[in-house]
Amino acid sequence: MNEITITHILFVSTALFFIGMYGLFTRRNMITMLMAVELILNSVNINFVAFNKYLYPGKLDGVFFAIFVITIAAAEAAVAIAIIINLYRSHHSIDVGDASELKY
Amino acid sequence: MNASVIIFYIISAFILGAALFAVTTRKIFRAAIFLLFSLIGIAALYFWMQVEFVAAVQIIIYVGGIVVLIIFSIFLTQKSGNEMPKPLRTRAIFSGLAVIFGFAFTSNLIREYGFKEISTQPFEVKVSDIGTQMLSTAEHGFVLPFEVVSILLLAAMIGCIVIAMKVKHEEK
Repeated sequence: MNEITITHILFVSTALFFIGMYGLFTRRNMITMLMAVELILNSVNINFVAFNKYLYPGKLDGVFFAIFVITIAAAEAAVAIAIIINLYRSHHSIDVGDASELKY
Repeated sequence: MNASVIIFYIISAFILGAALFAVTTRKIFRAAIFLLFSLIGIAALYFWMQVEFVAAVQIIIYVGGIVVLIIFSIFLTQKSGNEMPKPLRTRAIFSGLAVIFGFAFTSNLIREYGFKEISTQPFEVKVSDIGTQMLSTAEHGFVLPFEVVSILLLAAMIGCIVIAMKVKHEEK
């Protein structure tokens, strides 16, 4: 209790991951689902940095992984929002239930 | 309980509370604002872990970039004052159960594992070290992923423009 160990930080990131998972399961709106995905990616980043700090303090690999994950998340968000805007233009809705042409 | 421990608990409660509101609130604009606060809390956690560079990158890219992009897309596609429909009760219950089970399982794994921490070495991240290793072509350099990511960003940028571009119908 007197010192924060890696286990505490991993608990926080696990909780954040599953909160994002809950959002991904319950939301039907594409933008809010994208927000849930961002939360999940952030929890992964916390894990990378925490492992680097507490288990391998002499190296920097976890920091690099975190930076690359942030970069790819930015690209992913941009592409997802472009797809959402295009879908809204053709369907006038961004509910995942309304975009079912590719389903069958 | 020293100050560092208390600050850690405050930051964690802030992150998790904001994230919980972000996935449960029914107004989409509020969800975006709570997501913003959660991301700021994560940046604070990076500051607490003394990785200032990652914290700065987090604030610049997530808070300054992605959240603004999400808010713009909300304005382009939604009436932001409207409430979203409630999730179906069965779906909410079952996803809650799945999430609670997963959290219990994973936290049990984490608690039982017993990480061997190395506390003899200080952990300091100098930006000059990050820059040197990022562009080094030696054994532990990251220049290849750096270049691959730059190509990925270019492809994503062009892809976004192509996808979101309005197609002009030639009707005459």
